[in-house]
Amino acid sequence: MTATVPANARSSLASFYDSVIGKKVVMAVTGLILFGFVVVHMLGNLQIYLGPQAINRYAELLRVSPGLLWGARLVLLGAVGLHILTALQLAKRKMDARPQGYQKYTPTTSSYASRTMLWSGPILAAFIVYHLLHLTVGSVHGDFREMQVYHNVVSGFRVIPVSIAYIVAMAALGIHMHHGVWSLFQSLGVAHPRYTPLLKKFAAAAAVVVVAGNISIPVSVMLGILK
Amino acid sequence: MKLTLHVWRQRSSQDSGRMVRYELADVNPDMSFLEMLDVLNEQLLSKGEEPVAFDHDCREGICGSCGFVINGVAHGPQRGTTVCQLHMRHYHDGDELYLEPWRAAAFPVVKDLVVDRGALDRIIAAGGFISVQTGAAPDGNAIPVPKGNADMAMDAAQCIGCGACVAACPNASASLFTAAKVSHLNLLPQGQPEKADRVLKMVVQANEELFGSCTNIGECTSVCPKGIPLEMIARMNRDYLSAALVRR
Ligand code: HEM
Ligand code: FES
Repeated sequence: MTATVPANARSSLASFYDSVIGKKVVMAVTGLILFGFVVVHMLGNLQIYLGPQAINRYAELLRVSPGLLWGARLVLLGAVGLHILTALQLAKRKMDARPQGYQKYTPTTSSYASRTMLWSGPILAAFIVYHLLHLTVGSVHGDFREMQVYHNVVSGFRVIPVSIAYIVAMAALGIHMHHGVWSLFQSLGVAHPRYTPLLKKFAAAAAVVVVAGNISIPVSVMLGILK
Repeated sequence: MKLTLHVWRQRSSQDSGRMVRYELADVNPDMSFLEMLDVLNEQLLSKGEEPVAFDHDCREGICGSCGFVINGVAHGPQRGTTVCQLHMRHYHDGDELYLEPWRAAAFPVVKDLVVDRGALDRIIAAGGFISVQTGAAPDGNAIPVPKGNADMAMDAAQCIGCGACVAACPNASASLFTAAKVSHLNLLPQGQPEKADRVLKMVVQANEELFGSCTNIGECTSVCPKGIPLEMIARMNRDYLSAALVRR
């Protein structure tokens, strides 16, 4: 016995991540960060209803400190990256764990959302890339003006296929959150007959609020309410 | 009643296997599902064909030997029962039934509907026990156990290790089984000395057996003949997290 750092310190971290539960903890923690982000982001987006000055000022506010902006971006990028990497590893494990499937498989009680995380997730991944190119970088936006958020959003959503793509992506987000936002608690070991039903309701409500809030914007542009 | 069966036939683990169709003319609604298969096997034997192999022992829902997937549901349509306790009165004349073995990399098919569930035994061997000096029986109430813990430990201990949770899980995860076996002992005073070690070793063993990772879908609980709740998995995750984070 020596008093040095145990030789298995690193390997125990590796075996934690290697285990079926460790990966779920990574999914849950990164998922929680992304959940927090989508709620705050939606609240930010809704400021568009306060007019061009309000939302443009909000955009400037976010950029007051480059250090803070890039810090937040790095955390989010790290969370998305880890979330996707772990999801891919879980997907591979799922395929390896049942190489031969059933000719008939009938779900009994599970939710549609829980069985389609590997569909809703990749749709979100594609959406995140498109969304950044569309409204942050502007490279796929026909009439992008630096720091003129109101203009970029309204002119962007006047293109009907773009609005539809956003609405479809938000539906996927709602489905993903409907399962993910309560599942993350279960993964982290929080479950109780008293609280789990409430957590499921909370997840459903959060999904509806975030999706409805975001979808209202392209819908309002298409209806001419925002112009 | 008249039934059409599509049964997975596979001669050995080497054989690739296929679904074979059988017609059964006179099924008595009072028969259990396994008795119905006994009748099918009598007919096959009288024709000189190989009978359908399936696992069974107690036929009263307590040993955990039986089990296969009927029309895509582990142990069939009745909740809270093993297939030996399922009766033909739940079916109707002309029904078509698909019988398939538990499907998981960790459960290789031995023959027809029989799979090797040794992987579950190895998870138990990794930590599903307590180390005690055996000898004279201790006084029954020498170690007090809080009622809530005793109840929940009993709920967990009901698991008969049939493997339906693995079969029903889209991830082929053995989390409900492992969680029941971990919690059963981790909830009791006798299980405390090895609590952290137990959960770490059993989870690692489940990993090594190539079972999948739980994504909280809940099919396991739904088909479990003993109704072990999903909450057991959260309890295992909790024990695993604290054991993994504080281990020296
Ligand atoms: C970017 C592409 C994404 C992919 C490929 C993806 C994929 C997945 C997968 C496969 C799971 C595990 C399935 C399960 O636990 O049932 C999962 C869980 C989860 N995801 Fe995502 N996801 C993505 C984006 C997001 C986003 C943007 C959010 C934010 C709302 C999010 C939040 C969650 C949460 C909270 C969980 C639950 C974690 C847990 O069960 O412990 N995901 N995701
Ligand atoms: S044969 Fe024992 S549980 Fe079915």
